[in-house]
Amino acid sequence: MANMDEAMDVCLLAGKIMLQNGAETYRVEDTMTRMGIAFTGCLPQSYVTPTAIIFSFDGSNSTRMVRIEERTTDLQKVVLVNQISRMVSSGRLSLSEARSKLKGIEAMSHSFPVWLQILFAAIASGCFLIMFGGIWRDFAPAFVTGGIGHAAFIYFNRWIKVHFFAEFLASFIIGCLAYLFTQSGLGIHFDTITIGSVMSLVPGLLITNAIRDLMAGHLVSGISKGAEAFLTAFAIGTGIAMVLAFF
Amino acid sequence: MIQQIVTSFLASVAFGIIFNVPKKSLLKCGFTGMVGWMFYYVLKDHGVNIIFATFVGAFWVAVLSHVFARKYRTPVIIFSVCGIIPLVPGGFAYDAMRHFVISDYNVALSMAAKVFFMSLSIAIGLIVSEVMNQLIRDWRKRRGV
Repeated sequence: MANMDEAMDVCLLAGKIMLQNGAETYRVEDTMTRMGIAFTGCLPQSYVTPTAIIFSFDGSNSTRMVRIEERTTDLQKVVLVNQISRMVSSGRLSLSEARSKLKGIEAMSHSFPVWLQILFAAIASGCFLIMFGGIWRDFAPAFVTGGIGHAAFIYFNRWIKVHFFAEFLASFIIGCLAYLFTQSGLGIHFDTITIGSVMSLVPGLLITNAIRDLMAGHLVSGISKGAEAFLTAFAIGTGIAMVLAFF
Repeated sequence: MIQQIVTSFLASVAFGIIFNVPKKSLLKCGFTGMVGWMFYYVLKDHGVNIIFATFVGAFWVAVLSHVFARKYRTPVIIFSVCGIIPLVPGGFAYDAMRHFVISDYNVALSMAAKVFFMSLSIAIGLIVSEVMNQLIRDWRKRRGV
């Protein structure tokens, strides 16, 4: 049964990459099932939650489990694994080829450098300011505030391994900066600058995935992602509330 | 109006970059976000209830995402995530928080209720479009085979 063990390995690797990078639960299960059938002909059984994958084949003695420690958002990896799973199920990719390709995807880094992400977070903050009825004079303050806020979020996330704390600190910094801008006369409206800058921290992927998981019947994953989204939003709100309470 | 079109497009593309969407899909993400936001904005401008406007915006984001996903054979979330973010009621959540801080609980709670129902209407928009997508797929299958 060596072949089955190897197939299990490759399926779990594919599932792990997808889950770590922001795919929906049902897509992870679907991908692993398709790949498992293509490799062995047996029906796989899998149970996926945001923190672990349990995987087995019908009629196999062994069951494997993978713990997911860290989750980020890198949708390109989700797309690439999805393509590999399509190639595997149409028989264009063998087991060992699939394994080496997946290893390559796992080692890939974010295709946009960090400074570019921060720059675009800054642009997004400025745009949201206008969309929420702000005035063009506040564009530059929102641009700077949003950029610094997002940079703070990225670096705090690397240093501090406590969930939700990076969001809290980042929104606190955003609030302080917006206050400084309005006090110094460079910005006019504290409210719109803050709202625009905070938008880049909004847990959009979690909200979308929570809804899609609940729709697909993955109740455990959907509710835990919903709880994560709610706590993230609450952390952002608390950071802003601290600023409002101080000044 | 034009500034709304440009800024919503740019904001959605920016989120695509933050989430590392493949470069080919970036413009489609921007387009999806723009269409969703413009439905929301125009309806809101014409005095339609803000909760219903959010629903319509989310619905069109999801419809476009399904169309793109099928055409380019990529996962749906790539497009829908970028499009949904502008519709998230950040402004109202902020207002609710502000009133909680100054202990004005009456206004704060009514604002919070609005935030809750706007989030719910995003969910319902996504669900309705998903249901329609499945109906169309089944209908095509039945006619095709």
